[in-house]
Amino acid sequence: MSNKPATLFDKVWDSHVVRKIEDGPDVFFIDRHFIHEVTSPVAFLGMEKRGLKVMFADKTFATADHNTPTINQHLPVKDPLSANQLKALETNSNKYGISHWGLGNPKNGIVHVVGPENGITLPGMTIVCGDSHTSTHGAFGAIAFGIGTSEVEMVLSSQCIMQPKPKKMRINVTGKLGKGITPKDVTLYIISRLTAAGATGYFVEYAGEVFENMSMEGRMTVCNMSIEMGARGGIIAPDETTYNYIKGRDKAPKGEAWDKALAYWKTLKTDAGATFDQEYTFDAADIEPMITYGTNPGMGMGITKHIPAALAGDSKSSYEKSLQYMGFQEEEAMIGKKVDYVFIGSCTNGRIEDFRAFASIVKGRKKADHVTAWIVPGSHIVEQQIKEEGILDILTEAGFQLRQPGCSACLAMNDDKVPAGKYAVSTSNRNFEGRQGPGSRTMLASPLVAAAAAVTGVVTDPRELIA
Amino acid sequence: MAYDKFTILKSSAVPMPIENVDTDQIIPARFLKATERAGFGDNLFRDWRYETDGTPKKDFVLNNPIYSGKILVGGKNFGSGSSREHAAWAIYDYGFRCVVSSFFADIFKNNSLNVGLLPVQVSPEFLDKIFTAIEANPKAEIEVNLEAQTITITATGESESFAINSYKKLNMMNGYDDIDYLQAMKDEIKQFAEKSLY
Repeated sequence: MSNKPATLFDKVWDSHVVRKIEDGPDVFFIDRHFIHEVTSPVAFLGMEKRGLKVMFADKTFATADHNTPTINQHLPVKDPLSANQLKALETNSNKYGISHWGLGNPKNGIVHVVGPENGITLPGMTIVCGDSHTSTHGAFGAIAFGIGTSEVEMVLSSQCIMQPKPKKMRINVTGKLGKGITPKDVTLYIISRLTAAGATGYFVEYAGEVFENMSMEGRMTVCNMSIEMGARGGIIAPDETTYNYIKGRDKAPKGEAWDKALAYWKTLKTDAGATFDQEYTFDAADIEPMITYGTNPGMGMGITKHIPAALAGDSKSSYEKSLQYMGFQEEEAMIGKKVDYVFIGSCTNGRIEDFRAFASIVKGRKKADHVTAWIVPGSHIVEQQIKEEGILDILTEAGFQLRQPGCSACLAMNDDKVPAGKYAVSTSNRNFEGRQGPGSRTMLASPLVAAAAAVTGVVTDPRELIA
Repeated sequence: MAYDKFTILKSSAVPMPIENVDTDQIIPARFLKATERAGFGDNLFRDWRYETDGTPKKDFVLNNPIYSGKILVGGKNFGSGSSREHAAWAIYDYGFRCVVSSFFADIFKNNSLNVGLLPVQVSPEFLDKIFTAIEANPKAEIEVNLEAQTITITATGESESFAINSYKKLNMMNGYDDIDYLQAMKDEIKQFAEKSLY
């Protein structure tokens, strides 16, 4: 190792390169691999066709999440195709000795929620999963990103994938966030400034006061959304907040192993003088509660603003197509628009802090009659916390029902689908056409904005409801 | 999974001058429930291509018989969003062997290369030229030469070179994939794993 100043990203990446191929990708070693029912079956099938075996079964963890119902999980899954995928995950996991948290298992939940909460995700690791929101785990100072099914097969059979090293970007957010401004607003703001393709080809390090002061849940929300501006992933240097979150978790190192790990983790930061290919700095004071008005996550704006007349970088025809799909006009205000559905959950905002935020606004108010609300915890552990902290009582009192964990309406593979033409305020990560059901219209926002919409029935600035 | 070797592709092309075509449009999540890789082409661009009752939407390009070919030409930021390899499978399964755009999302690009679908990134100006050529003649032939790394509009002779690393290029030309490569270096990986902290 040279003494040249290095970025956090370089330190973790370079220490995982098994072989460098000239004018080709790096052979990249993977410490932790998560699999779920949708993107893994064809990988197992491919291995079998080639006669390959799983190389390190203890480095892969399976959980069912994408395709699972969020009510009556104790009953057999009704959709035969979904049931078949869930069964395939279980069969494949058992066959190869992979730890499997299926439906009904107390550890079950969304892959990017259960990894961190069980201490599987640790600083300095390389983590992949056949899911683009694997970027979530970067909150711990890990290099984590989504892969395709061919790559799932590579990791299962050789614990490596072949990756060209991405370029490096740093995004600094300085200052302090105002009242009612959450990590989701920070990330939607950044994406609105960079556009949905603004970080393609890059791996992003988030730095500055705002992230230093952010909880692990918040950091996970921010890193989760990195892919929505095209970045392979996001990473935040581990610090006391990180160590405190990890300590004592089920699979976290303990005793001597903890001391050894901690000593390593403390080296995981960008050295002074290290350089990035691209760098941006934003001021926290410019960030409002955010909401999206279009059909990609870059089409977001401060909730009190008006829909712009055009979007820099996109053609007028694509922009108009997007607004037409949403049924919105240029120059319109978003405040006051009718909301039919509210979804809180997903790997973006399905953690305990998100439900605390939601409850803080809902408390003492009632759900608007015309709003259908889906309240979906990210895992059974989160569900348990919701109950223990009295959040469930607040929700019930206000007329909301708590559902069971899973990806749910974020991608609407299960029955949680927003009907065509209906408007949803959603704490998830994508507002693509039809993402929440064919013809559905999604407005992405924070748990506070979602709560404000759920009780008023229209798009509302949550700051008006905060005591 | 084996795929067709890619050397020179001469074909008419299907134009889709829309930006930010995300993988949820290419193949919506509700069609990801298979446990085998088969039949994804039927649901390629499902919600743009069909009404909810299954009738083809007349104004969608794949339903317009004047357009056909093995090359799909899309607007910038093609393949953004989800990591589902099913998107690349669906395009390949439908019969395309090459996607041209001025900008690709990273995961889609990797997935395409892994399944034998060649992503060709051209300049925004050249992309416009291709769209113009197809507008003038829906059967306009485009030639993609992987070895020479060039894309040419046959009628006008206008040409541009494209980038691809030599490792991936060789794989595509021979129909090899990364799994073959990795299997051949298992001992080296095992030694590496022994030193790993995790």
